[in-house]
Amino acid sequence: MEVKDARGLLCPEPVLITKKEIERLGKGTFQVLVDTVAARDNITRLAKSKKWEISAQPRGDEFLLTLKK
Amino acid sequence: MKRNVLIVITGAIVAVMALALVKLGNPQNMGICIACFLRDTAGGLGLHRAAVVQYIRPEIIGLVLGAFITSVFTKEYRSLGGSSTFTRFVLGFFVMIGLLVFLGCPLRMILRIAAGDLNAVVGLVGLIAGVLIGIVFLRRGFSLGRAVPQNKSGGYFFPLLMLGLLVLLLAKPAYIFFSTEGPGSMHAPVAIALAAGLIFGILAQRTRLCLIGGIRDFVIFGDLYLLYGFLAILVTALVGSLALGSFHLGLQGQPIAHSDGLWNFLGMALGGFGSTLLGGCPLRQLVSASEGNSDSAVTVLGLLAGAAFAHNFGLAASAKGVTAAGQIAVLIGFAVIILVGFLNIKGVSVRQGVSASGSQGC
Repeated sequence: MEVKDARGLLCPEPVLITKKEIERLGKGTFQVLVDTVAARDNITRLAKSKKWEISAQPRGDEFLLTLKK
Repeated sequence: MKRNVLIVITGAIVAVMALALVKLGNPQNMGICIACFLRDTAGGLGLHRAAVVQYIRPEIIGLVLGAFITSVFTKEYRSLGGSSTFTRFVLGFFVMIGLLVFLGCPLRMILRIAAGDLNAVVGLVGLIAGVLIGIVFLRRGFSLGRAVPQNKSGGYFFPLLMLGLLVLLLAKPAYIFFSTEGPGSMHAPVAIALAAGLIFGILAQRTRLCLIGGIRDFVIFGDLYLLYGFLAILVTALVGSLALGSFHLGLQGQPIAHSDGLWNFLGMALGGFGSTLLGGCPLRQLVSASEGNSDSAVTVLGLLAGAAFAHNFGLAASAKGVTAAGQIAVLIGFAVIILVGFLNIKGVSVRQGVSASGSQGC
């Protein structure tokens, strides 16, 4: 599965990356790797507003977000 | 939904604290202003010699310590750095010039609007224009690049610096400046200001309150979350100002403000533009620095340096208006930030298909 690496990027870049991927795919599954709670929360809000399912899995100091539609 | 409630409550508490701090001695319409208070702190340290704006503001110290402690407690503290650090310093420098030509950060701008200062409405229009220009760059792929994990101790120096400032504020050694007149001489008691800062820091860390981010997220994603916080500040401060009788609608004679519309607009536009490229307003930079981001810590140093230059070279505005030097500095600021914008488009290519095991670093 494709993993977008948004680690180390400040807002709003992780959300912009996710938004682009959502618009590019239309539907399907992809993952985003982030390293801040802010990015996790912001992407979660975006996914919900776009009606994508999202789950966050902690990995050490990072979070692997899986988005599905 | 719960998050929206928290940020609205935060906004209301911030507004009440700002009004209370003014009642207890802070300058009018300046209960809390990150730009003004960093400027006063720079003055307190003698980095500039404008005798009327020299005071190490405990609100800033409290804010940083509150945000730091909260981030450690919630395990959000991350020692990060290395994302165009010096570029951020330069952006911070010119953001401060813009804000001091307007006379306030986005937070004070809202407090000024709530007290009837229509110059701040002009500032808001400028701020929105600045954020929109910033968004054009973001949409074209502007990025200052990735921050990478640093030695864990790296993020501790910023809160330690604030503890040092607190010692200087309390010990009052001869080489620390305390204004005896002007806005710098007006302040709430240290303990109360420090406590208000702490509460603000905790709330700002939890909610990520930021007006620049609010406008940006609304324009790009239609997300109102951060704007709710500022709406709450506006409404609460407006009701408070009316109740306290400190509401005076108009352009002229507003406290610590000038009525030069063009430069109120351009100053705030510069601040908004630079802050959008930085990822947040001065408040957000302080909170992010407290959470261990050393790029944001350097941005705060850029803000401090900008404040020092603004007053040493007569760039900052005053109630009398904006100086010619200040106008030139704003125009130079636009040129520099536009250059930064163009030079950092597609600064980072997002790596595709990284192994999900997640290797550290870049």
